[in-house]
Amino acid sequence: MDIYLIEAIINGLLLGGVLALLALGLNLIFGVIDVVWIAYADLVMCGMYAVYWLHVYYGLPIGLACAAAIIFVAILGVLVHILIIAPVLNAAPINQLLATGGLLFFLQSFATLLFGTEFRNLGIRLPIIEIGTIFISYARLLAFGIALVGAMLLYAFLRRTYLGTAIRAISQDREIMGLMGVDQRRIYIITSAIGGGLGGLSACLLALQYDTHPFIGNTFGPLIFMICVLGGLGNMIGGFIAAFIISQIIAIGSYYQSTEWAYVIAFMLFIVMMFIRPRGILGR
Amino acid sequence: MLELRSVSAGYGSFRALFDVSLEVRDGEAVGVIGRNGAGKTTLMRAISGMIPIGGGELRLDDHLLAGLPAHRIVESGIAHVPENRRLFARLSVEENLRMGAYSAKARRRFDVQLAHVYELFPRLKDRRHQQAGTLSGGEQQMCAIGRALMSQPKILLMDEPSAGLAPLVVAQVFDLVRRIRSEGLTVLIVEQNVQQVLDVVDRAYVIEVGAIKLAGTSAELRNNTLVRQAYMGL
Repeated sequence: MDIYLIEAIINGLLLGGVLALLALGLNLIFGVIDVVWIAYADLVMCGMYAVYWLHVYYGLPIGLACAAAIIFVAILGVLVHILIIAPVLNAAPINQLLATGGLLFFLQSFATLLFGTEFRNLGIRLPIIEIGTIFISYARLLAFGIALVGAMLLYAFLRRTYLGTAIRAISQDREIMGLMGVDQRRIYIITSAIGGGLGGLSACLLALQYDTHPFIGNTFGPLIFMICVLGGLGNMIGGFIAAFIISQIIAIGSYYQSTEWAYVIAFMLFIVMMFIRPRGILGR
Repeated sequence: MLELRSVSAGYGSFRALFDVSLEVRDGEAVGVIGRNGAGKTTLMRAISGMIPIGGGELRLDDHLLAGLPAHRIVESGIAHVPENRRLFARLSVEENLRMGAYSAKARRRFDVQLAHVYELFPRLKDRRHQQAGTLSGGEQQMCAIGRALMSQPKILLMDEPSAGLAPLVVAQVFDLVRRIRSEGLTVLIVEQNVQQVLDVVDRAYVIEVGAIKLAGTSAELRNNTLVRQAYMGL
């Protein structure tokens, strides 16, 4: 097989890891709270700025900066829930969509105001790994590995703890959770924190590979939604699989044509899939 | 043990319960019988805090419960087996039981209580890793009752445990109720299946259009003309 094709496939796989992590976060929040955070990718943008400022400006070691950014976005997630989601929890879905959509514009404009539209780079140059004649970016490999570990930790948490089981249960029957002795509001806040934390982790991984700017969310936002819907909105395993399907299409499409064409193909496949399986690959 | 005094409740501006007063004493099994839409489920939901109480007093022993959220009411000792069982279909049987023991108090005694529920319903132990949605109707009812028992309640509320089940299974479900009673647990059960419920309870209330119409021991109600004509078709 063509060596460049193999390289494209590997890169697609590596890209899929971070996308899968983002899809997990969004799906978790949707599954539990039943609200789509349109501005999720823009919270990730905030996280990327946090990493940048803490590391480059305040000189924090990168590991510490990342840990702080994860906590920062987790707190942002809780604030988003308390200030924006909770008041519209029982409102019509369109109002919820508008509220989180408004947050998207707010965050992008606010970031522009604060930081300008400059592209900011962490300035960390990670080596390129050479296996035979295949070149793999170490940053991508690292991001992939950490994303996978993050996903596995989340899985273990959802499987093995009371809280995790309650999070899975609440997406199946919201109304009777109180009868189990579960305080829904608490679960919502914890879920928002975990969802935010996953966004923060993704922000760290993305900051290693991409420049940070106020509109970086637009690059990933639509892609993540497409992945979540393709996998079955709220279905974490479906989203996880869909992330790798989409990233492969983009990687292989980019190899044969251009990145632009790859996106066209990916979105076309998405539209076709919506006709064949409107509830997603693993949707119920 | 459980006492309701002039409780009213409803959904939004619609009132479904009017001045309901009833009492369940320690160790008793009490039935509430009535037709569809008489307010039976609303009554259960009002007691367990799923809907707010509009007026009146609700107490369990010395605790005033009116106005508390559902998760606090469970902790105080009321477990509610909801209408149509409402299991978490994609969680395993054991995970369903685990959810029933969510409160901090119940969690501490999880292992003991789980062993107890499995002893009571050995079938659940055989199927503990199976998804709850794949159980038969009777087994699902077992699982729903087991889940409620996991919170170690002082009183168990059961909302139409026989609804939607085949006649043979209905008989099994009432056997389950007898088994729970023999454990000494206090039970409040709502049913349309009047004949069978009167066989397992000590006393019962008849509810019509959201108000208590009649009350008495099982024997009294079985011989009451109104009950015989309206609910037993005799």
